[in-house]
Amino acid sequence: MERLALLAATLCYLFSFGYTLFALGAGRFRPGRFNFLAMALGAAAQSWFLSMRGAAEHACPIGSLPEVLIFLSWSIALIYLVIGPAYRISLMGAFTAPLVLLLQIIALLLPEAGVPAFFRPNPWVQTHAALSIVAFGSFGLACVAGLMFLVQEGQLKSRHPAPIYHHLPPISILSEATLRLIWTGFFLLTLSFASGLLAHLSVSGGKFGFSLMIWLLYAAILMAAKKGSLTGRRFAMASAAAFLFSMLLLPIIEHLSTHTTS
Amino acid sequence: MNIFCAGINHRTAHLDVRERFAVRDSEIVEILDRLRTIDGVSGAVMLSTCNRVELYASSLCPLRALEGFRSILSDRSGVEAPLYHHTTPQAVRHLFRVASGLDSMVIGETEILGQVKKAYSVSADIGAATRPLHRLFQHAFRVAKSVRSETQITSGPTSVGSVAVELASKIFGSLEGRRIMILGAGEVSERTARSLQSRGVRSVIVSNRNYDRAAKLAAEIGGMALHFDHWEKACGDIEILISSTGAPHAILTPEKVAPLMKGRRGVPLFVIDLAVPRDADPAINELDGVFLYDIDSLQQIAAESMNVRLLEVDRCESLIEEHVGGFLGWLASINARSSGRVRHAS
Repeated sequence: MERLALLAATLCYLFSFGYTLFALGAGRFRPGRFNFLAMALGAAAQSWFLSMRGAAEHACPIGSLPEVLIFLSWSIALIYLVIGPAYRISLMGAFTAPLVLLLQIIALLLPEAGVPAFFRPNPWVQTHAALSIVAFGSFGLACVAGLMFLVQEGQLKSRHPAPIYHHLPPISILSEATLRLIWTGFFLLTLSFASGLLAHLSVSGGKFGFSLMIWLLYAAILMAAKKGSLTGRRFAMASAAAFLFSMLLLPIIEHLSTHTTS
Repeated sequence: MNIFCAGINHRTAHLDVRERFAVRDSEIVEILDRLRTIDGVSGAVMLSTCNRVELYASSLCPLRALEGFRSILSDRSGVEAPLYHHTTPQAVRHLFRVASGLDSMVIGETEILGQVKKAYSVSADIGAATRPLHRLFQHAFRVAKSVRSETQITSGPTSVGSVAVELASKIFGSLEGRRIMILGAGEVSERTARSLQSRGVRSVIVSNRNYDRAAKLAAEIGGMALHFDHWEKACGDIEILISSTGAPHAILTPEKVAPLMKGRRGVPLFVIDLAVPRDADPAINELDGVFLYDIDSLQQIAAESMNVRLLEVDRCESLIEEHVGGFLGWLASINARSSGRVRHAS
């Protein structure tokens, strides 16, 4: 049943992505309909999976790398569902779908791992882990908005915009969305660190160092944006690069987490 | 019952002729009242825009409606009105095409739908719209909506001003409160600035080598004049720069623009270069945050949008034809019912 929920979610995201590509190719794309619905169904299927897994483990289902990836893609999809319509960010679903789809596929391909025992007794540990993954979800969506910015900026610079230009939001809106998402992620990541402290979590120097590195990276991006020393383009590139860098570190942090006891 | 249509438009009459027959909003009710007194005309809707004056009527005798309408227009203008006219089904098709923007001077423009709605509303308010006309116009609104949503007939901007507005919107989002500077007081610059003002641009600075011309244009568009020597200093506070000076060489070079960009805290600069020879060195487009469009690129975008619209015309006509069939089916059924009632009564 759990596998079925995961497959259903993957198919929904695949449909969302595929349909948007088809609609764009045919020149009949109308934002905010099919891909939003497909993303919502995908997130619902993931919620189903996570609730089943949570009930079975009596804990937040983030005890293995596949679970972490599913939780992360679920967070990205949920944040998209909240901010997509609020900002009227057309086509964001089309850019978000491939990212959540990729995370889903990796999660499906990875072998299942056992749940570490330390997750069960301490709610602060679970809060710490869940918050940090939701923070990465927010950073992930900031990366999506940053990539959309780069595409739209490229269209505007080209002076011969392709049809996709009409469906992408203004670069100022994308820049603002990216900034807010990074602030949200940064706030959640800081809360996550605080809950880690409350949990008296004992972590390896490596995990602490990598986590701090990500926190400092985003802090530096936010500082530079606040000072106005980053142009829109550099800010978008920084948001995308920072997320990719975080994703490269995530398996290492996850590995260090599951091999460290509190 | 027939649907009848007669009028003049931009295809059949030059502006000199159209302006003689133009009908003001305040006169429409009176004309509708006169039309309804014509024997055989049961209902009427009158559409008057800068490009057309048209009558749509439900009539048992279209010829009388035509003569009555011609006589009303001729009485007002003192000359014979060169009217075209259509009866069912062509009149139905004509209204559907008009409402969808296919009969407009700029194909696919959407303003006409609002004007058709207003014309219908005026007629409905005074009880001049009969059941077939109510049905016809409601159907026309559905056709226009369907044509707009199912085809790309309204796709993209089709004039230099509207291209500039769309590009500015794609850079800044809302144009509310944005500031622009016009370098060189040219006519196209003025039109472009007015297009941007209509979308909420707050302040306009006009700078010209001849200060008096700058002051004159600034007064006309509600802006502020600036001596040409100071334009670079004021650049830090603006988001859109429209340039059309008569300078023989580029005045906006990377050397001048790059330092300006440093103090802008990441706010982009949209440069619209309408001058020939160009005022802006194309290399400034490579600077981060600068978006440069010259007259050629603006005109090319407008032309491409128009091409897209023209390619959609056949699809629109097919959609309209389906709807014409639907309306004619309904009209035939009520005509059959009313002739049945007449036979029964006799």
